[in-house]
Amino acid sequence: MTDTARSRLQRILSEGHLAVTSECGPPRGSDPEAIKTKAEIIKDYVDAVNITDNQTSVTRLCSLASCIHLKLMGIEPVLQMVTRDRNRIAIQSDILGAASFDIPNILCLSGDHQSFGDSAQGQNVHDLDSMQLIQTVRLMRDEGKFLGGAEVKRPPNMFVGAAANPFADPFEIRVPRLAKKIAAGAEFIQTQCIYNLDKFEAWMKGVCDRGLDEKVHILAGVTPFKSAGMAKFMKNRVPGMDVPDEVVKRMADTPKEKQAEEGINICVESIERLKSVKGVHGFHIMAIEWEQKVPEIVERAGLSPRPKID
Amino acid sequence: MIVAEKKPIEEIIEQVEDCEKLLILGCNECVTVCEAGGKKEVGVLASALRMYFLNQGKEVRIDEVTLERQCDHEYLEEIREVADQYDAIVSLACGVGVQFVAEKYHSQRVYPGVNTCFLGATEQRGLWTERCQACGTCILAYTAGICPISRCAKRLLNGPCGGSSNGKCEINPELDCAWQLIIDRLKALGRLEDYEKLLEIKDWSTDRAGGPRKVIREDVQI
Repeated sequence: MTDTARSRLQRILSEGHLAVTSECGPPRGSDPEAIKTKAEIIKDYVDAVNITDNQTSVTRLCSLASCIHLKLMGIEPVLQMVTRDRNRIAIQSDILGAASFDIPNILCLSGDHQSFGDSAQGQNVHDLDSMQLIQTVRLMRDEGKFLGGAEVKRPPNMFVGAAANPFADPFEIRVPRLAKKIAAGAEFIQTQCIYNLDKFEAWMKGVCDRGLDEKVHILAGVTPFKSAGMAKFMKNRVPGMDVPDEVVKRMADTPKEKQAEEGINICVESIERLKSVKGVHGFHIMAIEWEQKVPEIVERAGLSPRPKID
Repeated sequence: MIVAEKKPIEEIIEQVEDCEKLLILGCNECVTVCEAGGKKEVGVLASALRMYFLNQGKEVRIDEVTLERQCDHEYLEEIREVADQYDAIVSLACGVGVQFVAEKYHSQRVYPGVNTCFLGATEQRGLWTERCQACGTCILAYTAGICPISRCAKRLLNGPCGGSSNGKCEINPELDCAWQLIIDRLKALGRLEDYEKLLEIKDWSTDRAGGPRKVIREDVQI
């Protein structure tokens, strides 16, 4: 792992602290207050804030502009970038645009298929895939070159991340797939929401057995359930999500008015257990349209206050 | 082969409603195999149109011809003498055939009778599935003989994505995840370690992206 970026997230991780990130989804409109208000709520409880890139393929205010709003507020953004909507010209151009505002982190993703969103009749691009996007940012940063070979003036200085889903199939290539992303140049990983802790731990054991935990910072992804309905939805409807029956039952057995609190309890308990898993270097708290609960989760999980880094 | 599907007859009627003499032109190649535009389908469409015009109280002459191929000058010449007798030709060939007819009979109205879908195979009678997108630079040597460009919804060269579930694609539970298939076959080949080789960024200039393509073979030209 190089230590050249100005990324606070990177410095926190390289100093051995448990990092905390969260994420905000931009609005379906042009009012920046929507994103600024969410970010304001969580800013003192996290080291960096991911901005999603047209998640679930629903058209929203762009990730890059949202990141700039955060950056201007003094909040460190993680620019999420999907390969679904941009070819290599647009990708490299947006990376430079982000770098011109010194946005110090990027998360490289392929993106949900457009059939899930509001533009199912549109094209997808996928000129590159997520691994090749990682390679592209690293090439631009480390070698100061465009994919076409020309020199990049003032190369982007970004801490490069990727996603990992330990729960998708086939399970046997989930560790090799992480190895592949590391080989492509990923320096930090934010995982899919973890509800099946046993399976996650089995994956992490495979990760550590190959020494991959020494090569990449893994931030364990958690998402609190707001309700039993959400738990069922995540279990049954969200591809690549593994919610064990006992977790759904625990939510369903809780009286409706206490379910939100129970969702937070489960989330905090998960973080406590995950803290002792070798190779977990931090947490990515995805409180979907529930940002106001992030401070409570961070405090109750003993992750507050956040380390001060100059 | 090229796989096509019959167009809804309403769409064809809309184009040919004003005609009094029509030629329905079938093709004996791919569209015959996929039962969209061969001799049989030419007959079916011609009968349906005759019935339609009859009900409209309109006398329309509808002739049926099926050529060996519509993507070949030699066979298209077979209708040279008769082509201009018609008000329009409905070609049931793939998009290639329709265009070749239109090019050859420059002042004739030519309409497509099928939707050209993809390059695929007959899995079973009545089921055709995509196998190739003609990207111009075959990568099957690196993907265990299974093409992620045509069979992965995100054409990921380094898949699978996080949406692969029980061997199926997140966009459709009926659709196999191409990367699951690749991994299964790598295993069968005893080469699962090949999975970790990164497929490099693809040169799409031989694909559609590079503009209309041409294959030139001077050695076989006459």
